[in-house]
Amino acid sequence: MENSKLFVKDRDIVIPGELLAEGLEFLPSGKAHREGEKIFASTVGMVSIKGRVLKVVPFAGRYIPKKGDVVVGKIVAILPGGWSVDINSPYTADLPLAEATTEFIVKGMDLSRIFDIGDYVFCEVTAVTETKFVKLTSARKPYRRLRGGTLLQISPVKIPRVIGKQGSMINMIKQGTGCEIYVGQNGWIWVKGTPEKEAIVAKVIETIGLEAHTKGLTDRIKAMLEEVKK
Amino acid sequence: MTKAGAPAHLIVNGKRLDGRLPEQMRDVEVKVGVIPLADGSCMLKLGETQVIAAVYGPREVVPKHMALQDKAYLECVYDMAAFSTTDRARPGPSRRSVEISKIMRDALAPAIFLEKYPRTKIDVYVEVINACAGTRTAAINAAAVALADAGIEMKDLVTAIACGKADGKIVLDLNEAEDNYGEADMPIALMPRTKQITLLQMDGQLTKEEINKMLELAFSACEQIYAKQSAALKEKYIVEEAEEEV
Repeated sequence: MENSKLFVKDRDIVIPGELLAEGLEFLPSGKAHREGEKIFASTVGMVSIKGRVLKVVPFAGRYIPKKGDVVVGKIVAILPGGWSVDINSPYTADLPLAEATTEFIVKGMDLSRIFDIGDYVFCEVTAVTETKFVKLTSARKPYRRLRGGTLLQISPVKIPRVIGKQGSMINMIKQGTGCEIYVGQNGWIWVKGTPEKEAIVAKVIETIGLEAHTKGLTDRIKAMLEEVKK
Repeated sequence: MTKAGAPAHLIVNGKRLDGRLPEQMRDVEVKVGVIPLADGSCMLKLGETQVIAAVYGPREVVPKHMALQDKAYLECVYDMAAFSTTDRARPGPSRRSVEISKIMRDALAPAIFLEKYPRTKIDVYVEVINACAGTRTAAINAAAVALADAGIEMKDLVTAIACGKADGKIVLDLNEAEDNYGEADMPIALMPRTKQITLLQMDGQLTKEEINKMLELAFSACEQIYAKQSAALKEKYIVEEAEEEV
């Protein structure tokens, strides 16, 4: 790395257009971009340096779908060949008939028996075109229709904190409350349990949203969950 | 060239009517996140002038036919509050506000990665709370910060400042009297990192040398504004020490 120069430290807070590094040996990732030999940040965010990879983790922003994302969506329309799904993004996603369920669909069947307008569905993004036409699937496990429960919302950039390292945070919340929880990378979280437990999860998620950038969050959430257990 | 109600001199003993030196700009104050329900927002004060900017989006385009297939559709709306001027400003769009909305869009668009958000719309609303000259530059400065606060991917911020000529002297950041009775007014917007100019308007008469001098002044002034914008954006998060991402 003799020819490359780094201008920021790990965990630095940067703004759009801030110079991160010079030279071709670093690779921009996340919300960073390259212009010639230089790498710049493209949003307000935090720098994360892992070897040669320079990543800017954003602090804000809408959900932009990408292939492989797991999301919670809401059915907004029934089309001749499938469903139109709101995924908390500027783009509405398509859930084609063939990808919706493994169940046999008889010709002319009422599609609202599978997914009705207003239903929530846990699904995966299978394809995103260049112009951001989004396709979903819900035919495999664990993807399914979500009946009842409560929907919680949080900024999509904070979802990694809700999940935690290898799912540590979300597993802790699941065990602490006994609720069924599905986290979508689009910022929608579906919870099902007793009304009291659902309220606790909502409180916990809200706290994570407010304190996502702070240290020792896991410990505080742990304390919070133990408090309510008593 | 004297208009009715004009002060006899705009510069007295080397000082301007508000006590500033000719090449001194007004104090800048920037605050980020003033509107909780907007995706990004900013309050900016340039001396007495005060504006609030809010950004919504990227979001679905309504009506749908306005959507662009390869990039986001950027819409800027500049509006003056009825109480922002000495005489009541008639609410609603005017010839002037339509013009400023348009030049704001042209000044901001080069800094945004619009191609990253095809078929969407980014709304920028700027409301002038107090107008004391330099509202278009304040609006651009505030809008750029609000866009960054909304997490929209950008190449750079945009900063803007006005230069002008009063009593035969070149002045930076015009005040109201200089704006109304001065000899020339030249608002400039630029991207502070790349030094690319995104807006240049002028009225009045200037020589080539004067324009070069003004550009030089504007570039150094924009650096000061950029420092304020940058500090305000970082301040929102810097208080809290960050933890490792997953």
